Parts: sequence; structure tokens; C-alpha cells
Amino acid sequence: MSETTRFNASAVIHKYKKKSQWRTIWLRLKKNRLAMFGLALFILMMTAVVTADMYYDYEEDALSQNLSNRFNDPSREHPLGTDQYGRDVMARVVYGGRISLFVGLATICVSLTAGSIIGAAAAYYGGKVDEVLMRFMDIFLAIPNTLMAITLVAALGSSLVNLILAMGISQIPRMSRIVRSSVLSIVGQEYVEAARACGTSDARIIFRHILPNAMGPILVQVTQTVARSVITISSLSFIGLGISEPTPEWGSMLSEARSQLRYHPHLAIAPGVAIVMAVMSLTLLGDGFRDALDPRLKN
Amino acid sequence: MPLLETKGLKKYFETPRGLLHAVDDVNLVINAGETLGVVGESGCGKSTLGRLILRLLEPTAGEVVFDGQNILGYDQPRMKEMRKQMQIIFQDPFSSLNPRMTVSEIIAEPIKVTRALPTQDAILERVFDLMGIVGLAERFVNTYPHELDGGRRQRIGVARALALNPRFIVCDEPVSALDVSIQAQILNLMMDLQEDMGLTYMFITHDLSVVKHISNNIAVMYLGQCVELAATDELFTQPLHPYTQGLLDAIPVPSLSAKKHFNIMKGEVTSPVDPNPGCRFAPRCPRVTPSCAEQELELRERRPGHFVSCCR
Amino acid sequence: MSENLLEIRNLHVTYKTDDDEIFALNGVDLKVKKGETLGLVGETGAGKTTMALSIMRLLPDRVGFIKQGEILLEDMNLIKVTEADMRLMRGQDVSMIFQDPMTSLNPIHTVGHQIAEVLFLHHPNAAANEIEQKVDDMMEMVGIPSDRKAEYPHQFSGGMKQRIVIAIALACNPKLLLADEPTTALDVTIQAQVLKMMNDLKDSFNASMILITHDLGVVAQICDSVAIMYAGEIIEVGSAVDIFESESHHPYTVGLFGAIPDMTKKTRRLNPIDGLMPDPTSLPLGCRFAERCPRREDICASERPSVMQMSATHGIKCHLFKRGDERATA
Repeated sequence: MSETTRFNASAVIHKYKKKSQWRTIWLRLKKNRLAMFGLALFILMMTAVVTADMYYDYEEDALSQNLSNRFNDPSREHPLGTDQYGRDVMARVVYGGRISLFVGLATICVSLTAGSIIGAAAAYYGGKVDEVLMRFMDIFLAIPNTLMAITLVAALGSSLVNLILAMGISQIPRMSRIVRSSVLSIVGQEYVEAARACGTSDARIIFRHILPNAMGPILVQVTQTVARSVITISSLSFIGLGISEPTPEWGSMLSEARSQLRYHPHLAIAPGVAIVMAVMSLTLLGDGFRDALDPRLKN
Repeated sequence: MPLLETKGLKKYFETPRGLLHAVDDVNLVINAGETLGVVGESGCGKSTLGRLILRLLEPTAGEVVFDGQNILGYDQPRMKEMRKQMQIIFQDPFSSLNPRMTVSEIIAEPIKVTRALPTQDAILERVFDLMGIVGLAERFVNTYPHELDGGRRQRIGVARALALNPRFIVCDEPVSALDVSIQAQILNLMMDLQEDMGLTYMFITHDLSVVKHISNNIAVMYLGQCVELAATDELFTQPLHPYTQGLLDAIPVPSLSAKKHFNIMKGEVTSPVDPNPGCRFAPRCPRVTPSCAEQELELRERRPGHFVSCCR
Repeated sequence: MSENLLEIRNLHVTYKTDDDEIFALNGVDLKVKKGETLGLVGETGAGKTTMALSIMRLLPDRVGFIKQGEILLEDMNLIKVTEADMRLMRGQDVSMIFQDPMTSLNPIHTVGHQIAEVLFLHHPNAAANEIEQKVDDMMEMVGIPSDRKAEYPHQFSGGMKQRIVIAIALACNPKLLLADEPTTALDVTIQAQVLKMMNDLKDSFNASMILITHDLGVVAQICDSVAIMYAGEIIEVGSAVDIFESESHHPYTVGLFGAIPDMTKKTRRLNPIDGLMPDPTSLPLGCRFAERCPRREDICASERPSVMQMSATHGIKCHLFKRGDERATA
């Protein structure tokens, strides 16, 4: 190039602002009312759970029994009333949410990491690698999720870490299938071939060219898996395999409230509604993501 | 001076129906600074051939000789070094660009991968350089490909291919997806680049008028085999293979005086799964003889520099 | 009754998206004579397919709207016809062939069934064996042995599928056939076969045809008259002779011809048309081609040209051709 065009390239590039793709996705998501409702609900629950210590004392409100205050109806002091041991139901729902949402998010970390590696490897390398990995996953897929988690918890013992591992592992087959199919649709694209033509390493191709484009279906699956984990942990606790008394957990709260259903239904309704809200917010959000993540759509 | 040669290049794919002879014993020579056009209908193996030469697919047999050396024997690090010299431009300007990367990221990617330039600034400068060369305005540097039209996208594809200063580029139908007026812009660009940088092209297409315009020599492929190879003018004025003749007759010419009475080749292209011995064009050939199905054919020099694989 | 089978007057069509209005057709006038093949030529986004969809009344619901204008098929205004009547007219009076034969056939029905279906829809009282007979006839007519009617689309090659699509389109003797890039997805040798067949069939059925294409070569081979579209307008219309052999042309037509590599001459450089088609959401005020036009004048930016009649058949929408203007043929 001639000397007149000698310029400071990095200065020029800043003149043309890069539109972040996350921003476009966010703008698109914002248009979807249901998704925004889901997001708001989810943020609300997360905030409540994270800031719980500011208005409740875990030991005092959620754990210690206060038998003189049993079965109080909802009041200013106890917005959702108290249970059969006189503990504040609101406090227990909030602290129970900590467990459910934490387990849900931790589970997804386990299953997303393992599922992505297995699924991407199967799709990218194909052939025998694909065959072996996927048949192995099929075996796991044949066992119902909850049953699998129960078996693992029974074998490993029911600590929180074991619970997360058990649920995470039981979600891996589903996750890896989604990742695989989504990567398969990208692997044949010509830009992948273009990357190979200039000697790009397999890892860089997978992480820079394939996975970012396969994100859409994966993210939808992630939100749904978190939702499902919330249900699974509750079911496990309900049957006494998950989190056990006196630690507050939605499933175990439900289980305990069964006996009081006739005279004190709010004890069951509160954790029940919490579960519905958590699952619904994530599902709505996931649906919104699916539409917003297609890069070919114009704003 | 030949820059690239293929010797007995073969690629067979296993399919449920049998062995698909996608590329079957192809011998070609491309001289430095020239363009070889590869013409054929869908399924003739022309795209596979391009990918074999770049080792995006591993050949079943044969040699790809680049600059006097058989690159099929290269190990990974040496091949990576080699890839800087040979690049590819794709047909579809939609699927050939990563939709999550900006124009500058796409053009810079080959440079980053090969660590050809040391600093971020040097890379950016090169990106702007390349954008100027292919005629992309500066202001597109941070746009995403789906915000641009087909012609501009294809310019990005060309810039990416040029990023490492290659000597040889496989062009796989680079203008087929574009409108005529845009197609002409890209063809002019590619010819200018060839003149300025001394590039060597292998130009794969099904469009005979485009290939005539840009090529020095033309190879006509049919069902995985090269059936005719000649200089462009020679091929168009004196096609010797009946398939080439039929192909030339089938082109609709935009002129009333050239209106043809549909001199049409019968039949359709089949697929070369477990092909019978003998000439693969025989079932459609207007001048077929009983001996066509028996003889093994190879390219023979019928006139100086004009090779044909036909038993007549 | 006039000699025109189809007459389109001042047709305006827009597409509404969430935040934009796309002006797809902006005042199109077009006549198609009985038994004639009209080539509708233009680049991507010129509005060719929108035109066909408007005639078929198949514009996407709640997105595409006919804003004004008339589409007269034998003096019946198709825009006013009820949806139920229109459904009967499709196939019977107008039918359409789509570009991609791979996706326009239903993969889970046999091809014979798909031809029979359209016959049955329009002749609900016909006897089963009559329809079977007609299916056999149609298949033979498009050059496929009728004993293959029990096969499924995936068992046919691309060229054969397009033949079947054509058989379906012609099964009810339509008066007007709309062919939207019918051979673009096919190889040259197959394209030649299909074009010849379409041309012969059109004659034997005594139908008119609008052939939508971007390939001037195809037009020269089989069209009687030609309309060239740009940015939702017809900028030049005439008989094949007018378009391919006359001296005066719209600068865009000249550009189109210049951009095709000429098989008969050896030129080093092609002459592309600079620039791009204008953004259909905000079209320029004057002539739509002005920005890219090598012969642009001051008036072009401000005033929209009207059609200048060069002869009885040949019309050009360009300021260069004001009556008696000498510059035009330079």
C-alpha cells in the first residue's frame, strides 16, 4: 500500500464499532414478552435466594423449632405462616431455593462440560469414535434419569456433592446427544473446511468455529436441564433420598406437608408454587433463547 | 513450469450401494501463473478433486505433486506449513463464512492460526490491506457476514484465501451463487489478482461460459474421470469427446441468431458406484460402438496438447 | 375478448416485517398474449417471484400485501376473487412450477398419487380409472415410463423430479403456466432436455407461459417476448427480437448483457454493473437504477421515468428515450 494510506490500523478499527452479538441477541430476546417474564421471574428468585441472609437468620428462622408457634396462618411476621415445628415457611422456601437452584446450576456444569466434550468429539471425528461414544450413551439413556440418580445416590451415599454428581452424570447422555446433533449440522459447513484448509487445529475449530454456532439448541437444552434438575432434586428429597430434614428443601417440605394437607394446605402449596415458578421461568427463557440465538435472523 | 500435478489420483467412498468411484485415476498438470478450468455436471467428482488436492480429503491412491514434491507424504507440521501456499474459495458465500465472526476476524483467522504476523496491530494492518485489495470498504471491518450481500461476502472469502499469500488457489464454483452483474465483478477481481500476484488457479465450475472466460486450459470431467483436456480455445473450437460436444451444444446462448434446435444429449448422469469397465459415457453416447464397453480407456494425445479419452 | 390472456395493471406489492416495509413491486404493467412464452428476467430481489406469487395469490399471509393494481386473467380480476374460488382456479387456470424439484414434491406419496391428487381436486366426480389413465398419459408426456408411477420422489433424479412437477402443473390444462427458475437447479444437459419438453408441451396444451429466470441464454432459446425487471419495476419489455437485436436498450439491460462472459468473443475483462440494487425498504426518489447507471443525467435523480414506447411492442422506462431524442441510440 502507498504511504498515504499508512495508518494506524487499530485506530481505524475502533471507528467502526463492533456490534456485540450478545447485544443483538439481547435486543431480540427483549421483544419476546414471555421470555422476559421468565427472565424476570428467574432473576427475582435468584435475588431472593442470594440475599436471604439479609432478612432471615438461617439457624433461627429456618431450622430451630418453636413449638408455640405451630401452624400459624400467614401474617405480617410470617408471610407464608409456620409449619408443624413453628418454623417460618417463607424462610424455608427461600433457603430451600438455595439448594434447588444451586444443585440445578451445579448439575448443568457437570453435564454440560462432559456432554459437550463427548458430543462434539463424536460429531467431529465421526466414524468409530462416534459409534463407540454414542452406543455407550445409549446404554445410559435406556435407564430413566431419576432411577439412575437414585441408584447413584444409593451407591455413593447421599451427600450434596454426591447428589450433584449423580444428577449431573444422569443428564450427560441427553446433553451429549443434543450437542452432537447440533455440532453435526455445523461440521459440514464450508467455513469449517476453510478453517481446516489453513491448518487450524481441531481444538480451535471445535471451540472457535463450531461450538459458538451450535450454541442455540444447547442453550435451550441447558435451561430445560436446569429446570429438570430442580424437579429431580425435589423428587429425590420427596422420597427421602436427597436432602434430608431438617435442611429445608422444596421436595422434603412437600413430603412433610402431605400429612397436614387437609387442615394446613399452605404448607404444601408454598414449595409447590416455588417449584412451578422455577421450572416455568427457565422453560420460558429457554424458548426465548431458541428464537433469539439464530444469527441469520435480522433483529 | 508445472506448479501442481496429480498422478493417478483416486478417491473411493464406501456407500451402502457399493464403492463410489468419486475421482478415478485423474492426471492433471497446472502451470504456474495459469488457470486450469475443471468442468462437469453435478456428481462428476470435480469438487472432490479440489479437496483431494488440498488434502481436505485423503486420497485412496495417487500423488499430488506441488512444486516437485508429493505432499501426500507430508506429516502434520509440514502439511501445516504447506497449507500457507494453497488455499480455497468456496461456492456458497453464505455457508463459507462463520456467522459468529466479524469480517476482520474472518480475514485475520488464517494469520492468527499460522502465527504469520507477530502483533495484533500488524494483523489488523494486513486485514485492512487485504480488504483494499479485494475492494471491500473499510467501514465493513466490524460487520457480520449476514449483514452483507452475496458479492461482498464472496470478496471476504477471497480476502481470507489471500491472507497467507498463497501461490495456488482452488476456486470451487466461486461465482455460481451470485447474480450475473456481481459475478462479473468477482471474475474481474480474480483475474486482476492473478495478474498482480502471479496466482495459479484451479477453477471448478459447471458454467462453460465462465470457465472459457477465465481459463488457459480446461479439463472436462465425467463420472470421476477426466475425459478431455485441452487449451481453452482448442476445446471450444474443436471438442473431440462426444460428451464435451454435447455439453457445448447444451449451453443456451443469449442471442437469437445462435438459437439452437435443441441438439440434446439423451439420458442422465448416473453415479459411479461400482462402475462397469470401459467408457462410462457409453450409455449416453450418440456414437457408441459395441467395443466401447470393453476397452479400458486412458487419456491419449490426439493433437498436440489435446488429450481425449475416447476409443474413437 | 382481447388477445391478451393476462394483463397486469399498476401492481404494487409490499411485504411487512416487524420494523420495515419492503416495496417488492412498484407499479408493474404487463401483458401476456395467448399461447405466448414471456421471459421475466432479473436479478435476485428484482421481484420476479413476488410477481408469480401475486398472480397465484400465494403471497405469505399477513406479510405480503397487494396494495393496488389489477391482475386480469381473461378479464377476471384475480385480486377480487374469493379465496375459495381462487383455490379452484389454481391448477385449473393458472399453475406454477417452483425452482427446486427436490422440495416441491411430497416425499411420502408416490409420484402417481401426487399427479392424481390435482386431477381429483378439480374433477371430484371423475371415475378412478379415468384419472389413472390421465396420470399415465401425463407421465408419458413428460417422458417418464408410466410404470414408474408407484415410485416415490427420492427414487428419481433431479431432472426426472422436475418433469413430474411439470406433469402436475399441466395435468388440468391450465391457461397460464408460471415457471419460477424451473431449470436453475439442473445440470446444463438436463436443462436443455427439460426446456425443450416444456416448450413442446406448452404448445400442445395451447397455454401461455411466464418463464422466470436470470439466464438470458434460456430466454433467447425459448421466449417470444421478454420483460426485464429491476427493483420491483419492469424497466424494459419487448419481443425477443426487440430485446436481443434492437439497438436501443435500457442501460440496465445493456449492463446485463455486458456482464455475461461472451462465448463467441475473447475479452479479457467483463463489464460488471457497478454497485448494488437499491434497498427495497427505502427506494430512491427518481429512477431506481440511477445510482448505478453509467448514463445518468440530472433528471434521473429527481423524476421517475415513464415508459417510452419505441415501437408497438418495445417499451423502455428511461429518460434517455424521450420521443425524438437522438442521444438514445448513440
